[in-house]
Amino acid sequence: MVKLNLKKSMEQYDVVIIGGACAGLTAALYTARRELKTLVITKTYGGQAAITTEIENYPGTGTILGPELMNKFKQQAETAGAQIKLGEVNQVTKIEEGKFEIKSTIGAFESKAVILAYGLEQRTLGVPGEKKLTGRGVAYCATCDAPFFKSKIVGVVGGGNSSFDAAEYLSNIAKKVYLFNRSDKFRAEQVLIDQVNAAGNVESMNFTEIKEFIGEQKLEKVILLNNQTQQETELNLDGVFIEIGWITKTDMIKDLVNLDERGYVIVDNENKTSAPGIFAAGDITNTPFKQAVISAGDGAKAAMSTAKYIQMLRGKNGSIGLAPDLTR
Amino acid sequence: MSELNLTDANFDQEVKNYKDKPVLVDFFATWCGPCQVMGPIIDELSEELAGSGIKIAKLNVDESQAKAGEYGVMSIPTIIIFKNGEEKERLLGIQDKASLKQKLEAL
Repeated sequence: MVKLNLKKSMEQYDVVIIGGACAGLTAALYTARRELKTLVITKTYGGQAAITTEIENYPGTGTILGPELMNKFKQQAETAGAQIKLGEVNQVTKIEEGKFEIKSTIGAFESKAVILAYGLEQRTLGVPGEKKLTGRGVAYCATCDAPFFKSKIVGVVGGGNSSFDAAEYLSNIAKKVYLFNRSDKFRAEQVLIDQVNAAGNVESMNFTEIKEFIGEQKLEKVILLNNQTQQETELNLDGVFIEIGWITKTDMIKDLVNLDERGYVIVDNENKTSAPGIFAAGDITNTPFKQAVISAGDGAKAAMSTAKYIQMLRGKNGSIGLAPDLTR
Repeated sequence: MSELNLTDANFDQEVKNYKDKPVLVDFFATWCGPCQVMGPIIDELSEELAGSGIKIAKLNVDESQAKAGEYGVMSIPTIIIFKNGEEKERLLGIQDKASLKQKLEAL
């Protein structure tokens, strides 16, 4: 039984990878194959890809279910020798060059290098009642929760692709769909906008923000604010889907590595961050496109840079053992 | 797989009338991506807790709509932990095995 987390008994790894989806699991596959002792700590398996119903643009797999593809990623990394544990990292501290301490809900670990690969999290509105009624009418995943709103009246917040996707999907299930948009412009692709307009039961409300969610056991109504006239109105709704994009979670790393103005981790073309020994891959980085295949490639790059870094450390310290083969 | 499959018919007997030890119920549907991620975690948990008296159960919300409705489940996966028939804790979305185990053993 691990009761005491004494510093000297902290479990040691060559690399700790934070995040277990396309980027993190690919990085783990590569570092494990380089015979680096690898630990992946992740809140969930597969990240955004695992909540995508079907993936049609991951080469070599044809059309595949998101969770199925992610399961293959995980198995392959484990077969290569990586350890994958479910948990949440809450602190990364640099102790010295080539020595990091990672504190998590499953204990503290020490590693020579760290790969940040935990992607993005869904943006919330941050208004009263939202948290309390999440899962009780306030929802963030249309493909998951839409069937609970069969023949009900629902709202969708946002003006981008994901909100139009959700509105289109919901229009087939719900009786009526309101689409709340902060401005009078949509960022969604025209083809999606046309689909939503053709649905017949979707009503767009522009310059409209949700100010509050109201309900006891479940959502009953919302207070809407017209941000032009400042007029407030109430609207009875059974459900609201919030589809306003994804953000980086940077509290833990903002003092460790440089971030760009949007909060993404800045990496160079070898996936190095501004801090030696810390690498980053996938959606969390300032890589311009967020795609499964790009994250996987990024993960591989971060892993190879990590191997190079650890080899450099070994050279410096003159420690025994052969450095991993970098030409493989 | 040792976890219990709950239905509208056996829910009361298996959950409400179960005394002294907690029961974890995973409300899921076959078409929901995050539920498919949660599934193997529930399976592992069930194996690890076999023989402890703690029950690990699954309820398909499509097949057992009455119970899903009774507990106001409007998002899946939802996990509800019961003890002595009472709801003790409700968790939304994917959960990790270690913290579920900790919660169950603490009850």
